[in-house]
Amino acid sequence: MISIRRIRAVAKKERLQILRDTRSLLLALGIPMLMLFLFGWALKLDVIDVKTVVFDQDRSSASRAFIERFDAVEYFDIVSCIDTYDEVERSLDRGDARAAVVIPKGFSEDIKAGRDVQIQLIADGTDALTAQVFIGYASAIVTDFSQDIISESLSRSGLAGTGRPVNVSVRVWYNPELESKNFIVPGLIAVIMMVIAGLLTSLTVAREWERGTMEQLISTPITVPELVIGKLISYVELGFIDFVLSVLVGTLIFGVPLKGSVILLLVLSVIFMIGAMSLGMFISIVAKKQVMASQMAILATFLPSFLLSGFVFPIATMPLVLQGITFLVSARYFVTILKGIFLKGVGLEVLWIEGLLLCAFTAAMLALSMARFKKELT
Amino acid sequence: MTTEYAIETRGLTRIFDEVRAVDGLDLTVRTGEIFGLIGPDGAGKTTTMRMLAGVMAADGGKARVLGHDVIGDPESVKRDIAYMSQRFGLYEDLTVQENIDFYAELYLVDAEEKKERFDRLMEFSRLSPFTGRLAGKLSGGMKQKLGLACALIHTPKLLLLDEPTNGVDPVSRREFWKILYELLQEGVTIFVSTPYMDEADRCHRVGIMDDGKLLIADTPLGIRERIRLSVIEIFCDDGRRAQKALERVRGVKDVVFFGDKLHVSVKEGVDEDTIRGVLTESNIAFRSVRSIVPSLEDIFFELS
Repeated sequence: MISIRRIRAVAKKERLQILRDTRSLLLALGIPMLMLFLFGWALKLDVIDVKTVVFDQDRSSASRAFIERFDAVEYFDIVSCIDTYDEVERSLDRGDARAAVVIPKGFSEDIKAGRDVQIQLIADGTDALTAQVFIGYASAIVTDFSQDIISESLSRSGLAGTGRPVNVSVRVWYNPELESKNFIVPGLIAVIMMVIAGLLTSLTVAREWERGTMEQLISTPITVPELVIGKLISYVELGFIDFVLSVLVGTLIFGVPLKGSVILLLVLSVIFMIGAMSLGMFISIVAKKQVMASQMAILATFLPSFLLSGFVFPIATMPLVLQGITFLVSARYFVTILKGIFLKGVGLEVLWIEGLLLCAFTAAMLALSMARFKKELT
Repeated sequence: MTTEYAIETRGLTRIFDEVRAVDGLDLTVRTGEIFGLIGPDGAGKTTTMRMLAGVMAADGGKARVLGHDVIGDPESVKRDIAYMSQRFGLYEDLTVQENIDFYAELYLVDAEEKKERFDRLMEFSRLSPFTGRLAGKLSGGMKQKLGLACALIHTPKLLLLDEPTNGVDPVSRREFWKILYELLQEGVTIFVSTPYMDEADRCHRVGIMDDGKLLIADTPLGIRERIRLSVIEIFCDDGRRAQKALERVRGVKDVVFFGDKLHVSVKEGVDEDTIRGVLTESNIAFRSVRSIVPSLEDIFFELS
């Protein structure tokens, strides 16, 4: 029989201990905020203002019109116009520029004559992401430019006044500004909660073994579920504060939209935390020493939730074996849930699979830690 | 259910890495008595205590505590016993009051009973002025009394105390024993281990343990009679020389320093006059030579 009174007593005792350990309490609340700000600002995947040099050998009104198109969008920042090919090389070598546009002599004449024109785009491949994005954006501008020329010459010859033959209208859903913070922050919250939840509970059982309080505790009629649940309650309360703070910072400071149900978000976050905290508790039970337990907890929570949750690297492009492993990473479900609720505003009608798998993970971790805990000295 | 014995063990054994910490222990503790387990560090007292409290598994043998099989079902005894581990096992970051409240809740003590019990415990432990103090800020003696208060908040039938007065000042030790005698009056059986031989003399019965085995168990008086050990106390200036001279005498079993005195354990046939003769022969001046009642410590040295 599980006694609610004993669970309450354990939760109360843990709560008092958490509140009295001011330094740990500050860390428990400070570390998530620190991580959120650091990663939130540092992990920008947006490519804007790529420093670009222009080597215009034609110096015509047509070439200037072409260059203006680059200058007009925020992705490029034309740092200088230079006169020799050597200078192009040098500025890329030195890192003054990440990309270059080279316009050949006879650019405007060839356009007027309707001949093919070659433009050279050079990108610094040491930063592959920036290079790729630059090539993409630059090609789009070139295509746009040449289509305008074609339609202009067609209309001049009186063939058509309808403009472009095909109009592509691009819509990006869920994150229309394509801002990376919008998908980084929800994923980041999942990683932070995983790490902090695992870390917080990883110490609680080991500490009692180390300090000798466990010997006294196991001589009482308390049962293992009462002890584990009581401890979890107090830490879930603390984790919940962390989660609410993170959501507030994400929405108010980073401006990430929260479109879905706040209630659903909170309920699922509690389920997620119980699972992560049970994992921390399990580690604490196995390790029996605080130092060992906290190191194991960081390893067991940070790496999988950072690398295998789909937060940074899409799961679909991982090797099959790794994809299989991701099913055991509860952060994977939580990342999907957070992105879904924050950005898409969807509810359980879409997220029920993730919700169920999250519950299964939590139940398994809880059962595992209870099974592993023995009221026995060795 | 038998009520004659609070503790009964048969062949109780615990092995740590091939070391038999407790080696086939046969022990009985009667209901209502205070039983003292004495022996040096490493004798197996703590391991015995832990197995009886149901916090450590045994590798062999049987043990019944309050009629329950504590080896097969350790949880069966926990409601009715109170165990105080050797190391202070309470929360140093909780106050005296919070520690006691926590343990009262774990044993599901009713509010009314708890209040009554709490007032009494505070009265005889004299902890009342310190209820709001953190346990970590208490002195050694007060910590032990707090430990006892937490252990007693649920009215146990059997109290298991592992070296409760270790490192506690003499005044607090005396107070502690006073509390134990009061509990005895209430019908609580007490099983206490101690490294202090003088404390064993305060028990109804004493068991002497060494190397995982119980060497003897009886009343303090019974043990003295059974061992029939004669001890002669010598008070002299040059103890070292006296020790050397006496150790060579036939019939002298052991010569041990007790402060500035020597305790000589002797067999029958050796008496005070024999000793005086030896000392005079060796030109060792002495102030007094007299027969004394052997202490349990003398007996322990004799047995081990």
